[in-house]
Amino acid sequence: MRRLGAIVLAGLALCVVGCSERPQVAQYKQGTYQGKPDTPPYQNAQFNGDKAAWDRAMATRAQNQNEYTRKN
Amino acid sequence: MARMKFLCDAERCIECNGCVTACKQEHDIPWGVNRRRVVTINDGVPGERSMSVACMHCSDAPCMAVCPVDCFYRTEEGVVLHDKDICIGCGYCFYACPFGAPQFPQTGAFGVRGKMDKCTFCAGGPEPDGSPAEFAKYGRNRLSEGKLPACAEMCSTKALLGGDGDVISGIYRDRSTIRAARGTKSGPPWGWDSAYGTGTKS
Repeated sequence: MRRLGAIVLAGLALCVVGCSERPQVAQYKQGTYQGKPDTPPYQNAQFNGDKAAWDRAMATRAQNQNEYTRKN
Repeated sequence: MARMKFLCDAERCIECNGCVTACKQEHDIPWGVNRRRVVTINDGVPGERSMSVACMHCSDAPCMAVCPVDCFYRTEEGVVLHDKDICIGCGYCFYACPFGAPQFPQTGAFGVRGKMDKCTFCAGGPEPDGSPAEFAKYGRNRLSEGKLPACAEMCSTKALLGGDGDVISGIYRDRSTIRAARGTKSGPPWGWDSAYGTGTKS
């Protein structure tokens, strides 16, 4: 009887072993940029730091790709 | 905030390789490096589809994730760029990229893999805008001139769109709506006629 009890206990212990498993999925940690800093595209002689003017230029150029606004 | 993206309409792309040529010419790209290329599926079979592919400037770019020297950065416009001065040419980014965008020039007598080169969305790199150093390493900086990428602006059929994601998806949405209105029950709204309208062939 004691032997049977020991076997049952060992079985139960084996069942709960799975609970101690740790997740094995790697957690990616984003690195930080190590190179030279870059300037925004509107920080130059043409736009003189005027982001709104640069945005307008971009919007105009983008709509040039829309032939439905260009057709007669 | 602008999120610069490319969008290629496979219904319109005619595999002319004009985008590839425009890119090569604009940035003086060396032989063997293709920042942009046209991929055709079922080539020669009726119903083949072509698509112009380059760096897609991913929002969560895998190249940035795998780079061991952290040479990648993302601009406030959402363009993924890199610093060639600290790139070691290991090629990890090439294996990570689902589009095969990173290119490696074969330099030296033994074909040693050079520093990585890829599409910059015509935004140059971390050198002074418009400087000779920037042109030599990264090509022309058209964004700082208020222009969009040469490949998209040169596309003859306007299959390739480039610019702010919201704007170009709006252009494509309008186009698809007009295209879908041309469809019938027997003829789906796809193909040459729907993309360009029905014309008489001589």
